[in-house]
Amino acid sequence: MAEIAEVQKPEIKKREPLFGPKERKLITDPLNDNNPITVQVLGICSALAVTTLVWPSFIMAIAVIFVCAFSSLFTSLLRNRIPKQVRMIVQLVIIATLVTVVDLTLRAVDYDVSRQLAVFIGLIITNCIVMGRLEAFAMANRPWRSFLDGIGNGLGYGGILLAVALIRELFGKGSLFAGSPIEWKIIGPSADYMLDTEAISWLGWYQNNNLMVLSCAAMFIIGIFIWIHRTWNPKLVDVS
Amino acid sequence: MTTVVALVLALLATGLKDIHERNEAIYNKKALLTAIESYLENPAKDLEDEEVINIFDQQVQQIVIDHQGNQIEGVLAEDIELAKEKDKPEAERQYPVYVFNSPKGKVYIFSVRGSGLWDAIWGSIAIEDDFSTIAGAAFDHAGETPGLGAEIKDNPSFSAQFVGKKIYEDDGEYVSVTVRKGGAKDPEHEVDGISGATVTGDGVSKMLYSGLKNYEPYIESVQSSNKTSN
Repeated sequence: MAEIAEVQKPEIKKREPLFGPKERKLITDPLNDNNPITVQVLGICSALAVTTLVWPSFIMAIAVIFVCAFSSLFTSLLRNRIPKQVRMIVQLVIIATLVTVVDLTLRAVDYDVSRQLAVFIGLIITNCIVMGRLEAFAMANRPWRSFLDGIGNGLGYGGILLAVALIRELFGKGSLFAGSPIEWKIIGPSADYMLDTEAISWLGWYQNNNLMVLSCAAMFIIGIFIWIHRTWNPKLVDVS
Repeated sequence: MTTVVALVLALLATGLKDIHERNEAIYNKKALLTAIESYLENPAKDLEDEEVINIFDQQVQQIVIDHQGNQIEGVLAEDIELAKEKDKPEAERQYPVYVFNSPKGKVYIFSVRGSGLWDAIWGSIAIEDDFSTIAGAAFDHAGETPGLGAEIKDNPSFSAQFVGKKIYEDDGEYVSVTVRKGGAKDPEHEVDGISGATVTGDGVSKMLYSGLKNYEPYIESVQSSNKTSN
């Protein structure tokens, strides 16, 4: 967090390009060095809960990217008018509005998924990533950059969400994208081999691992991700 | 700012209300059709919205009964919410019955509701016209644990076990169907529980026992009227 703030000192005099290196860094930083889940360990609650299936996780990721980006944008636009004492409440109103918009839209567009995600769309309001970015970044930066920062953090969250969900659904249910227009049953006894049955029927030996469906599997997987991430990126080891 | 926010949300909510209601109705109807999946050409979840509405328009008769089994005129079964009925005194409760007219005979779909480990569970039980053999079952839940209690909905092999079970003994005694931890012992009235989901399983047993019991007066009245017409 500290290094972001340093890099992002606003320079008002010079007119900057819309997609300069700093802007690019806003998007890529949360994907790696400052990933909200594996580095900052925020937003774990929903990451454990919704990642049993890939498709709802995908929708959830899009919802968080949307909320994160636009709440950053609006907060940043209002940042000089928000009194310090009530800034949290103002931020909450913005987040809650956007989340309600997402919830209402999702219920109209894909009712099944909105039933699966149930309470977790509403809980985006309390997702630490969103409010954390508003406090740490959007309150002190210009709208365009805050918007990019929101997208970046949403992507960083969504990427991990999808990776966890891919592992959990594949090994827990033997399928991928269940509930979406393209539903694959890949391994396990219920696999409907898209190709020649004889050719790949050996995949049928797999027994679905129920542990993967339980929340604790997500905990293990995220833990392993954090481990791999730190081994692969030595910069992170010095931070703590 | 509050005004803007309120305006935006109010507009969106009213604008999408019709779509929400339609989606919800179709979701509930699909859940009902899951219970009689073996009578349909395609699995219920692959049905298009229009097909669901068509099946309901052409093959499903909606009946509402009171606690004594008498039919109530002028009400549609889909307007009855069991969650609300449960809060009423017993004498005022109404129960929905969906009669599915299939080429193989009539199937009666009864709605039941109970509680699982964390929250409410509910289901649709389809019963053949002998009023004892279960033709199919579908369950849903508000917040059971994924991988454990949630399997009552997610795992089709759980609800598939109910097909062919009988809710009455041969001598006419009402026994319902029980979810048995550690494996079913009575092939006619028991199904296997889900390991790790004992409380949800017990909830299903209780829900079935008390839920289907509500329909006993109706079953008796239909059976006696069938006898006289024969």
